[in-house]
Amino acid sequence: MEVRVLAATGVLGAGFKVESLKRGVELKPTFIACDAGSTDSGPAYLGTGKPKLSREACKRDLRLLLKARDVLKVPLIIGSCGTSGRDAGVDWMAGIAREIAEEEKLHFRTALIRSDQSPAYLKQRFEQGRIKPLNPAPQLSEQVIESSHVVGMMGAEPIAAALADGAEVVLAGRASDSALYAAVPLMMGAHPGLVWHAAKTLECGAACAVVPAADGMFAVIRGDHFEIEPLDLAARCTPQSIAAHTLYENANPFLLTEPSGVIDTRDAEYSALSDRSVRVTGSRFNKTQEYTIKLEGAQLVGYQTVIIGGIRDPYIIRSLDTLLPKAKAYFDERIADLFPGQLSSEDYDISYRIYGRDAVMGRLEPMRHSSPAHEVGVLITVTAPSQELANKISTFVSHVSAHLPVPEYQGIISSIAYPFSPPELPRGPVYRFSLNHVVVPDDPFEMFRTEMVEI
Amino acid sequence: MATLFELCSLIRSKNAGPFVLTFDLMFSSRENYERAKRAQPLTKAGLATMYGQREEDITLVYHDHALAIKASMPRPIFQGELPDSDCYGGQQYVPLLHLQVD
Repeated sequence: MEVRVLAATGVLGAGFKVESLKRGVELKPTFIACDAGSTDSGPAYLGTGKPKLSREACKRDLRLLLKARDVLKVPLIIGSCGTSGRDAGVDWMAGIAREIAEEEKLHFRTALIRSDQSPAYLKQRFEQGRIKPLNPAPQLSEQVIESSHVVGMMGAEPIAAALADGAEVVLAGRASDSALYAAVPLMMGAHPGLVWHAAKTLECGAACAVVPAADGMFAVIRGDHFEIEPLDLAARCTPQSIAAHTLYENANPFLLTEPSGVIDTRDAEYSALSDRSVRVTGSRFNKTQEYTIKLEGAQLVGYQTVIIGGIRDPYIIRSLDTLLPKAKAYFDERIADLFPGQLSSEDYDISYRIYGRDAVMGRLEPMRHSSPAHEVGVLITVTAPSQELANKISTFVSHVSAHLPVPEYQGIISSIAYPFSPPELPRGPVYRFSLNHVVVPDDPFEMFRTEMVEI
Repeated sequence: MATLFELCSLIRSKNAGPFVLTFDLMFSSRENYERAKRAQPLTKAGLATMYGQREEDITLVYHDHALAIKASMPRPIFQGELPDSDCYGGQQYVPLLHLQVD
């Protein structure tokens, strides 16, 4: 028994070498898979449902993969479509697939697996005590559920079920990256420990290669081991680079949680098969009693306008700690005066980030009290319940910030250098991640909806 | 004495999801890794102080195959919250660079 896995690249739309895919096709994969999403770029994508990568970039990659799949007649699995894996992302990807099918005269039976979670379902599970916080988690309430856009992160089961039902292409909503690579090998009865460990290693594509790249990887899973190598013949992977990949974007490299259990790499052994490929043995998968689906939620915080400037004068820089709180107190008065009864102080936020001092690390900055930089960058963010209000508030925030009452000077001075006119840049809606919780469903399928379409 | 920066081929911080911040320290040789494993320049107590965390919330592991030390903790500010200035958590490792190793 062997399963041959082609991982196209780390994220669909990031690109891969045509030559690498060609080599992958020659290696006769059992299936092709690719992840298309992440929370790493922040809550905006889940909040808005808009993809991070361009349509053109995703279409380029998807076209090459659909054509490769058509030559091989093997399944193609794409997960977390449209970055967030929202239903809108699945529909967006399906639209691209339809366009490609028409242009390339391709036909494929496609499973669209949707993962948006309704407030009604979530509230029911919440009331039943079947939504549990991970550590750390924001406080969950009915209000949070109602005001959040939530997706569930599917495991391998809905993908396997779609394939068993004859799907040639799977376009999945939010899915565990590893599940995309685990579904087929598990269906074929491969060793779950090896399957999940291989899947975890493959999910970022050639990120585990030396040098890391947006490109493909290939793995072969057999009875008691898996072998892995980058598709680009100029790239290598080493026992260290493959072992190290379990560290990437995880809290604990030895115990990696999936919906159905925990990947345990503590006894995994890594050996060099050649100077560019690695063999792994000894990985385990410990099935958990309770099947859990991770939730991701994004909640609207408000609308934001930002102002960018710089300060060069050392007397202003050294006075910022006293000048900025005074400015903020003035803004509160001004807002109360201009928008009486409309805005209380909890409804808006005006913040200064001083680049060159402690903007990146904030209160954790170990050098925050060291000698000041000769020049600092100023980023002012104004967040309010509507874009119109954020814009209006930011007009006097930018004006006042540019005329701070610097104690060393007698007359009016321009205290911030603004590069732009107008200095205020509307940024649209801003979101926060509102859930770090898991649901205990009745089964792995109840939270996901599969639609079969002929494309 | 040497700094972690001198002994490592890569030191990085990264999101492990929106709520967890993780640090990877990859050593450039087995010798350097073993040296750090003996000297233990990173401790849960030290990290707790540096990043304003409780010791019991910190995971600290040594990965012999990866020649790496990994530490994880709740994100000091959750990703995407208004005061968060580092969406990817990618610039939070800097205080570790110059920790001394015997």
